[in-house]
Amino acid sequence: MASYPVLNSGIMVDEDRKVFKVSRQAFVDPAILEAERARIFDRSWLYLGHSAELPKPGSFVTRQVGGRNILFARDAKGELRAMLNTCPHRGAQVCRERSGTAKSFQCFYHGWVFGLDGALRSQPGEASYAEDFKERGTSNMQQVPRFESYRDFNFVCFDPNVQSLSDYLGPAREYLDVICDQAESGMTIVGGTQEYSMRANWKLLTENSIDGYHAVTTHATYFDYLKATNGGLAPVPLKGSARDLGNGHAVLEYKAPWGRPVAQWIPAWGEEGKKEIDRLYQNLVERFGEERAERIALYNRNLFIFPNLVVNDIMAVTIRTYYPTAPDFMNISAWALAPKEETEWARKYRLYNFLEFLGPGGFATPDDVEALEQCQRGFRNSAEAQWNDISKGMGKPVPDYDDELQMRAFWSNWNKCVFQERA
Amino acid sequence: MRMFTMQDIPRADVEEFLFAEADLLDEWRLPEWLELFTDDATYSVPATDVPANASPDNSLFYVADDRFRLSERVKRLMKRTAHAEFPHSRTRHVVSNVRIRSRAEAELEVSSAFITFRTKDGVTDTYFGSNRYRLVQVDGNLRIRDKRCLLDSEGLRMQGRVSIIL
Ligand code: FES
Ligand SMILES: [Fe+2]
Repeated sequence: MASYPVLNSGIMVDEDRKVFKVSRQAFVDPAILEAERARIFDRSWLYLGHSAELPKPGSFVTRQVGGRNILFARDAKGELRAMLNTCPHRGAQVCRERSGTAKSFQCFYHGWVFGLDGALRSQPGEASYAEDFKERGTSNMQQVPRFESYRDFNFVCFDPNVQSLSDYLGPAREYLDVICDQAESGMTIVGGTQEYSMRANWKLLTENSIDGYHAVTTHATYFDYLKATNGGLAPVPLKGSARDLGNGHAVLEYKAPWGRPVAQWIPAWGEEGKKEIDRLYQNLVERFGEERAERIALYNRNLFIFPNLVVNDIMAVTIRTYYPTAPDFMNISAWALAPKEETEWARKYRLYNFLEFLGPGGFATPDDVEALEQCQRGFRNSAEAQWNDISKGMGKPVPDYDDELQMRAFWSNWNKCVFQERA
Repeated sequence: MRMFTMQDIPRADVEEFLFAEADLLDEWRLPEWLELFTDDATYSVPATDVPANASPDNSLFYVADDRFRLSERVKRLMKRTAHAEFPHSRTRHVVSNVRIRSRAEAELEVSSAFITFRTKDGVTDTYFGSNRYRLVQVDGNLRIRDKRCLLDSEGLRMQGRVSIIL
C-alpha cells in the first residue's frame, strides 16, 4: 500500500483570492479514514431510520450505522428503541433478520431472551446465576449512547456528550419542516430499499448529492428523456440558490422543469393529474398560506446533513445515507419518502418519477456512479496532481444553486472535525 | 418451420428465443432487442427486499419501465452521453434452468436462471437471479409482454448499478 505524508489540513483556502482547494489525499489515505471514523462517525448524529418503518409495537429493523449493528425496534409501550445488536452474554448478534415483527428477541447461541426494550427476560439455567442477575443493567441489551428524533427522522450518536439533535441540526430543521409539511398526516417510507455501492470515497457522494453544477453534462441523457416524454417539461428554468446551514450542513433550493408529486404539474400527467395536483396545491395554501405553499410545492431541495445524510426533495423525495468500508469503497442505502395520505395515483407517479432519475437503475444515478468512480481513478495521480478545486461562486453574496458553496460548507466542517482537537 | 400455438410450443423453442435475446444484449444490438417486446410491454427489476410479485405502483424498484421508458432506456444506452456505459461494457448473459411455468390460451409464463457478467475498466461484476417472462405470439413470433428480473443478491452491493439490461 502506498504510504502518504501526514496531513495537517485537507483544505487550502484564501478568501481574498477566491481559492478553495481540497487535498486529494483525503480521498485515498487510510489514515484519513481512520481519523474520520474516530472524529466524525463516532461523534456525529447519524441517521438510523424513519418512525414509519416501525408501524406497531414489535416492529423492528436491523441496520448498520457508523460501523455498528443496530436493532431499531418499537417496544411494547410503543416507544422507539435503538439497541446495539449484540448479546450481553458473549457477544452474538441477537436479531439476524432484516426486518419483521417480534414479541421478544432470542439470542440463539445460549438462548437468552430479551424484551422488545432489550431487557433480559429469561436465560436457560437461571438457577446458576446470581439472584439479582436479571436486575443488573449489564444483563440487558445495551441501548445506543444517544438516540433522538426530529419529525420522525431518528438519529443515533455514539458520543454520550454530543449536543442535542435539535441544536446539531440547527437551521436544517427548517428544511426538514418544509419537506415534511408536504403531508397532512405525516410522511412514510414506501416499501423497498435501494441498496448499492460505489468504488469511490464516501465524500464524493456528499459532494455529488448537492452538486447543481454537474446536472447538465453528467445527466444530459436524463434531460433528453424528459424532452421526449409526452408534452415535455414544465416551462420552469433551473434557478435557485445555495445556503450554508452551519455544522457542515447545506442546502440547495431551486425551481426546475420536472414534475413534483407535491405539487408541480407536467403535461405528461394529463387532466386527471392536473386535478390532483391542483387539489394538493390548494390544500397547502389552506394549511400554510400562499407563500409557504409555493415554497413547499414548487421548489426543490437538496438537503445535506453532516456527515452522510441526504434528503432530496426533487421529482420524488429520497432519503440516502452511506458509509465507507475503505477509502475507495462505500455502501449506500436509499429510501423513498412520501405523504401517508397520498392517493394511489400520486403514489404511482411519484415512484415512476423516482425511478426515471434516482437510484442505480435510473436514467441519472448510474452516471453519477460512473463519475464518482472516475474521480477515484483520477486520484491515483494524487501524489502529483494534488488538489481539487471547489471555488465556484466564492465571494457572491448569494451563491447560485450551481455554485460550490455547499461543498465548501461540508469541507470546512470536515476539516475542523478531522484536524482540530476538541476543547 | 411448423407453427406452434402457445398450447404446444416446445421448451426448446422458448429456450432458443431466450438465448437469442441474450445474444442481442451481449452484442449491444439493443434496438433489435427492443423489437422482441410487445407494444404494451413492461420490464422491471424490483428492490431485493420486496416480494417477487410486488407492484412498482406502490413499492420501490430499481427499474420499472413501461414500453415508452424502455425504448428511451435503449435510446439512452446507445448514446455516448450515457456515461455509465461509455465506452460500452462487455457482458455475457448466461441463461439456464428454463421452465414453462404455465400456459394460458395466448400467453406463456416462463422462468429462467441468469448469471450476467459485466466487465469494464478492469472490474468485473456479477449479477445473478431469475427472470420471469410473460411471452405471447405476435405474427407467429414469440414476443415479451413482461420481463421481471429478480436479483438474488442483497441489493446491488458490489455491482453498484444496473446500467446494463439484465
Ligand atoms: S451469546 Fe447470546 S446467549 Fe450466549
Ligand atoms: Fe447527479
